[in-house]
Amino acid sequence: MRIDHSDWLPGGNGPPVKITARAVNVYYGAKQALNDIGLDIESNRVTALIGPSGCGKSTFLRCLNRMNDTIDICRIEGRIALDGEDIYDKVIDTVQLRARVGMVFQKPNPFPKSIFDNIAYGPRIHGLAQRGPEMDEIVQSSLERAGLWNEVKDRLKEPGTGLSGGQQQRLCIARAIAVSPEVILMDEPCSALDPIATAHIEELIDELRENYTIVIVTHNMQQAARVSQKTAFFHLGNMVEYNDTEEIFTNPRDERTQGYITGRFG
Amino acid sequence: MQSTILIAVIMGLTLVGYLLGRSRAVAVAGGRLSHLHSIPSYHGFFVAIWAGLPAFLLLAVWSCFQDQLIASLAMAGLPDTVRQADAQSLTLIKTNILNIAHGIATGSEPEPSLREAAATYNQLQSLAGFCLLALGSALALAGIVHARRQISMDMRARNRVERMLSIGLVLCSLVAILTTVGIVLSLLFEAIQFFSRVPITDFLFGLHWNPQAAFSGDAAGSFGAVPLFTGTLLITVIAMLVAVPIGLMAAIYMSEYATPGARAVAKPVLEILAGIPTVVYGFFAALTMAPAMQVLGSGLGFDVSSQSAMAAGLVMGIMIIPFVSSLSDDVINAVPQALRDGSYGLGATKSETIREIVLPAALPGIVGAVMLAISRAIGETMIVAMAAGLSANLTANPFAAVTTVTVQIASTIRGDQEFDSPKTLSVFGLGLVLFVVTLILNVVALRVVQKYREKYD
Amino acid sequence: MTDMTGETILKRSTYRSGAFEARLRRRYRAERWFQRAGIGAIVFAGLMLVFLLGTITLNGFTAFWQSHFQVEVYFDPAAITPSGSLEQSALSAGDYQALVRAALLKQIPAASSRDGKRALMELVSSAATYSLRDMVMAEPALVGTSRPVSLLASDNTDQFLKGHIARTAREGERTLTDRQVGWIDELTAKGVLTRNFSLDVLTRANSRQPEQAGMWGALIGSLLTMLVTLALAVPVGVATAVYLEEFAPKNRWTDLIEVNINNLAAVPSIVFGLLGLAMFLNFFGMPRSSALIGGVVLALMTLPTIIIAARAALKSVPPSIREAALGIGASPLQVVIHHVLPLAAPGILTGTILGLARALGETAPLLLIGMVAFVVDVPGSLSAPSTVLPVQIFMWSDAPERGWIERTSAAIMLLLGFLIVMNTVAVFLRKKFERRW
Repeated sequence: MRIDHSDWLPGGNGPPVKITARAVNVYYGAKQALNDIGLDIESNRVTALIGPSGCGKSTFLRCLNRMNDTIDICRIEGRIALDGEDIYDKVIDTVQLRARVGMVFQKPNPFPKSIFDNIAYGPRIHGLAQRGPEMDEIVQSSLERAGLWNEVKDRLKEPGTGLSGGQQQRLCIARAIAVSPEVILMDEPCSALDPIATAHIEELIDELRENYTIVIVTHNMQQAARVSQKTAFFHLGNMVEYNDTEEIFTNPRDERTQGYITGRFG
Repeated sequence: MQSTILIAVIMGLTLVGYLLGRSRAVAVAGGRLSHLHSIPSYHGFFVAIWAGLPAFLLLAVWSCFQDQLIASLAMAGLPDTVRQADAQSLTLIKTNILNIAHGIATGSEPEPSLREAAATYNQLQSLAGFCLLALGSALALAGIVHARRQISMDMRARNRVERMLSIGLVLCSLVAILTTVGIVLSLLFEAIQFFSRVPITDFLFGLHWNPQAAFSGDAAGSFGAVPLFTGTLLITVIAMLVAVPIGLMAAIYMSEYATPGARAVAKPVLEILAGIPTVVYGFFAALTMAPAMQVLGSGLGFDVSSQSAMAAGLVMGIMIIPFVSSLSDDVINAVPQALRDGSYGLGATKSETIREIVLPAALPGIVGAVMLAISRAIGETMIVAMAAGLSANLTANPFAAVTTVTVQIASTIRGDQEFDSPKTLSVFGLGLVLFVVTLILNVVALRVVQKYREKYD
Repeated sequence: MTDMTGETILKRSTYRSGAFEARLRRRYRAERWFQRAGIGAIVFAGLMLVFLLGTITLNGFTAFWQSHFQVEVYFDPAAITPSGSLEQSALSAGDYQALVRAALLKQIPAASSRDGKRALMELVSSAATYSLRDMVMAEPALVGTSRPVSLLASDNTDQFLKGHIARTAREGERTLTDRQVGWIDELTAKGVLTRNFSLDVLTRANSRQPEQAGMWGALIGSLLTMLVTLALAVPVGVATAVYLEEFAPKNRWTDLIEVNINNLAAVPSIVFGLLGLAMFLNFFGMPRSSALIGGVVLALMTLPTIIIAARAALKSVPPSIREAALGIGASPLQVVIHHVLPLAAPGILTGTILGLARALGETAPLLLIGMVAFVVDVPGSLSAPSTVLPVQIFMWSDAPERGWIERTSAAIMLLLGFLIVMNTVAVFLRKKFERRW
């Protein structure tokens, strides 16, 4: 099911491309939410999607692991490929896809289970490990990579909902890491957090880049500038500009991008 | 009937009072309506209330006491020999007099003294009726005159009417409280009488229920309610085994899987099931399910009686399915979508998400729903009365005939009992147990559900 | 971190391994079974509904066809009025059974023995005799003439013709003798015994004989009871809801009322019967078995339902309406009466109809206050002894004769018909007036 997309790729010898989107249109019922989106997300980079609220950046993010499938009235056109494989192809399984493309949500949403079971849930359903030392190791390494291990190692049996907001969000990141995804999608992961917790998460995102491809939606431009290497600016369902983060923030090509990053609207 | 006429008269006078009050206010204002403190219709309402309220109160109080008072007056006319009888036969005599007075055939030719008393009773009744009619009309008229006199430019008719209406609202909200108080008092009062004859421990822990035997002297040993409790328990368990899994799965399907089209079919099915009266379920159980159970039971080598706990329990389970499913539906829908998204985002399938995330999250609410369903099953009467029978067997065999607390209550009492036999009073003992158990279940369940809702609000 | 990369890559390959694929297939199988269980639950409920309604309808619709003897009756003066007087009192004392007997004997001359006559008379309902008397009393000129008359057949005849009494059963095991079966066949062949559409089951009063029993009395009783319930529960319920929702301060007292109402809604209905028995029958001395006391008990039972529905309806009226009305100088009570209540009315009405529908089908509490009495007369007032449809169903279902099954089922069809109409109206109202603010 490999798609020949040589004609889509901008020639050049940049880093390998993980996700390719071409001519993506999304409709909610009769209303069009995304209009002809095309971009390449590079491997082991942090790509930020920015733009004013309602611009479609979260919708696009949810297309990347087919979370929009859970919304009945949502319809998607165009092609999105993960490692050259069309994820909207019939043979692609959403379970498998979502195991490879994990997601962290805007509001921390730990399950009403213990901290341990929150992490162990994903590996268990996918059969990566059964209860026992193997699982303990997955839980520990996931929590370590999410920078949470030292804070919770003595209370793994306590409910995940009892943690603070920032800890909960790191728990959710650890939960996503535990199933060893290739891509992690983050939907405004810090919008519900205080500045210190936000700093923590941003640091963590930077570390995770080494092993994962990360796509982050944010409406905080400083955050985009701090954590990302590539930035796409969305406006009214269109992708206005996509470039290296540095370029976008120092030398925007489009007037609208410039207007947004200088705070004239948004 | 005079009271019917009086009601009509009072209503007429109320209307007249309204019109008089309004026109009086207009007259007082003399063309400058805006100078009235309240608009004329409030003056009308003011007079109308004065016309109707006192007369209606009189009617209510009067009809509470009229019958009893007149009956005792009629009894007073009886020969001394009759009046010296004991309380029980006096009640009987009173019933006889009332029957004769109402022209209900009593079988044998009544004694002349009784007939005389009945005649007195009827005379007094019609006399009282006319007195009431005259008094009530006079009171209404007096109210109109009194209220109309007060109407003036500055009378705060609106405030006074609204004040009375507010008092009316508060009184109405007391009815619900009074109902509960009435239930508790009537159960307690009669149950205490019962427990003064049958020790409460014998009642709660006795293994032998045979109220018929109580007439032959052995009162205490015949009122052991344990067989009724076990019968209730057995049927409730069977009903829950049917209703909880099916109701829960139906709720899960409706809230998580069903397309709008499927929901449009399934929802009415459950709503119709919920709306079918219990007596219909009872008939269904007796007509169809009980014989089916007999066939099934004999196929399995059991000896099945024509009435069985199984038939009643199964049908009761069917009846409770919509109850469980609609309560669980609410509870499941209260689980935040974010939790489902979190699970789907990890690559869980729908059923894994439901079983591992949604149901555990909804568990307290579901427990509450099941408790309410149990309370419903315990209090259900008709299905059991028609399909499970009256024999108080102490058994755990679902194919045997059992009886329940509610059935015993319903079958013992037909509205015409004497209130001094232990058999009649036993019903209030049972009623008290039923009320207390269901009350505890309801209070706990409602609290659990409320706590659960607060968690996700 | 570098060794972690190795580990991660190792694990990533697992999502493409055959083991994962196999596991995935298992997971999807579990998924399908789970979904099937859900569908199964719904289907089970649906099947039970169809089964229940089907049983009732199949058993009940035959009640609208009743067997009659179409015979020529000679209104023999010798039997009707031996004295020759045509006074009503003389006519009412006539031997009308003799007329029936003579009319039937003309069809079956073989039954002229004493035993035979008795067996023949068993085929016709006792109502036939009374219907002849009523005819004559209404039209005394009939005496001495002949006239074709339709005479109601007995329960056994009727049930036999409807196939509920097995022809193949041995003589001792069915309620008809072989000889009677022979007569029935003969009369059917001659066209004397016919089955006609009949609404008697609706329009007649109750009776001890299934073929004569109708539910008119119970219908009127239900109507009167519902009137009392409506007149009591709706004003009190709406007033309570208005007080709690619009005026009551939030304190422990109103909390208590609220908890109390919620619990009252879940009290078993039979407990309300005990309340009616001890409080209204015994203490206040209200008339036993009457629509009045039945209505009062059902009103108390329905009250919480109406209060809860009315409160929900009031709550759904947005505060902005109240603020707007208060802003132009209306008093709080005027705000409620002029603005809030009209907007909440459809919701209140829907709740009321649903509450009444429940009360209409309620049986248990009414048993305790004597509404199970056998009442032949159609109740003429609120205090007259009466019964209601569900109680009538309960009583009929308890009787042994085969004919009662059909009567009971027909009564259930009528009751369910009413309930379906009420619920449909409620759903319609809710749909029509549903408002999103």
